[in-house]
Amino acid sequence: MQFGIFTVGDVTTDPTNNTTPTENERIKAILTIAQKAEEVGLDVFALGEHHNEPFVPSSPTTMLGYVAAKTENLLLSTATTLITTNDPVKIAEDYAMLQHVADGRVDLMMGRGNTGPVYPWFGKDIRQGIPLAIENYALLRRLWDEEVVDWEGKFRTPLQGFTSTPRPLDGVAPFVWHGSIRSPEIAEQAAYYGDGFFANHIFWPKEHFQRLIAYYRQRFEHYGHGRADQAYAGLGGQVFMAKNSQDAVKQFRPYFDNAPVYGHGPSLEDFTEQTPLTVGSPQEVIDRTLTFRETFGDYQRQLFLMDHAGLPLKTVLEQLDMLGELVVPTLRKEMDAKRPAHVPDGPTHQSQIERMAARAAAKQVADADEQSAVAAEAARSTRTTPVGAGTGAAFGIKGA
Amino acid sequence: MAENTTPAKKLVAVSAGLSQPSSTRLLADRLAEATVADLRDRGVDVELTMIDLRDVANDITSNLMTGFASTKLQEAIDAVSNADGLIATTPIFTASYSGLFKSFFDVIDNTALTGLPVLIAATGGTPRHSLALDHAMRPLFSYLRASVLPTSVFAATEDWGSGAADDGFPTLPDRIRRAAGELAAAVAVSKRSTEVKDPFALDSSFSPIGAYGAQ
Repeated sequence: MQFGIFTVGDVTTDPTNNTTPTENERIKAILTIAQKAEEVGLDVFALGEHHNEPFVPSSPTTMLGYVAAKTENLLLSTATTLITTNDPVKIAEDYAMLQHVADGRVDLMMGRGNTGPVYPWFGKDIRQGIPLAIENYALLRRLWDEEVVDWEGKFRTPLQGFTSTPRPLDGVAPFVWHGSIRSPEIAEQAAYYGDGFFANHIFWPKEHFQRLIAYYRQRFEHYGHGRADQAYAGLGGQVFMAKNSQDAVKQFRPYFDNAPVYGHGPSLEDFTEQTPLTVGSPQEVIDRTLTFRETFGDYQRQLFLMDHAGLPLKTVLEQLDMLGELVVPTLRKEMDAKRPAHVPDGPTHQSQIERMAARAAAKQVADADEQSAVAAEAARSTRTTPVGAGTGAAFGIKGA
Repeated sequence: MAENTTPAKKLVAVSAGLSQPSSTRLLADRLAEATVADLRDRGVDVELTMIDLRDVANDITSNLMTGFASTKLQEAIDAVSNADGLIATTPIFTASYSGLFKSFFDVIDNTALTGLPVLIAATGGTPRHSLALDHAMRPLFSYLRASVLPTSVFAATEDWGSGAADDGFPTLPDRIRRAAGELAAAVAVSKRSTEVKDPFALDSSFSPIGAYGAQ
């Protein structure tokens, strides 16, 4: 199982001393945090994409390219890549390029974005959010999976004889997660392609996502990618730790009370009870996170939000030390021990190479079967007397 | 009881009254009692749920900010969404329904009340506020595609002390009876509470690869 962190890259005033980092300080802090993730033994760093204040990461591959150069093992991902307002051609090229730069340590999470005006800023219509996510991703897939693409759609200029450059590393596209908090269409899309589904459930009660993930799993099986429990699920999480619970609550409360999204709303206690937010000792974080597996089934990726709401860099780095030393090793051991052998581990470039090879082999077998069935039918039809009830239709051969 | 009886109709009364005791809640009670009595006369079994928005006021505010409902608020939302009939009662504040009343309907999905028979009712200090029912409440429920009944009930303070009309105009109890009769007739034929809604139902035209450029 993969453990990591994701950041939305908000520039927020620290409510305890009323200081606000500059854009430059925040961007540099994010890059430091990413390197720290590798240092403390985490597997994944995922970066958001935003085009409005108070968020700074508008150009994720630029930042991830830097992190790639500074790290050895860390898997670089996004949270999320805007599949609605970005040109799929540019996504295909940017992330294939990043794959080469990072030696395959790249995957992506697709999202539709959370801010209305971003659509018109990029010449799109928010009412077309789902159709944009569906069509753009269909094109993105083809740009990665097929060498030369002829394409015509509703939302961008047609392509004739286009080859996106560079080609994906080893001919295998990055693994893709689809993030959604309420749309069954996106869960259906993830299931159709056999992609991952990421439920960022940090702001919502678990029951909501339990149903959405169960639906994704069921549809993953329906589309023939494996059993429901073999689908790729990822979850968000949000924690703040101190050696003992009371200190954690005391330190985090001012940040919680003034945080973007939920600040000045519910109490810390209510929010902790109603959402996965855990403020307490490392052991409490372990206990809470283990319940996610009970709720959603064995899953492949756990990402924590650690660096928002104005928390200073120093505090975030201390939190990452605790996460890496005191929490993740135990979680990794427990989760891996509980995961049955037939359930896949977190997806990597290597596992994608194997999966695509298996898929190609299966397709070859299917094609060969069809060919031999056609040949057998052809042989049969030359006989004067049909043998038994062996018509083509009985063998599922069209037009027989 | 026989085993194959039809399930009881679900009637929900929402009161946005704030004081305790509240004349808005009193009006909701009277309307609910009259509707239940009318349904019983028609031989229709009914289950009544009373919701005081005062009890979930903080939860409503939190929901506006976080985007999700607490367990207690979700129960109230589910009750209203799956009802066969709704009695919606609010005090008139500053020429309209109260902010709390509006906020409750703001946190409900805007398709959840489609086809729901709604009896609208309000209280106010003087009868001069009564048009708020027609210029504010009726459009709110029309927007939600609920089916608002023709008779709405406004109770000014003075209505609670007026008896049988000397002047021939209908009194508050008359109006309550007439409105309850309209609601009972709609509830009696509603199938909303027994309909199973699939939250994951996709539009029949939906395709995971889209209609354009698909292979």
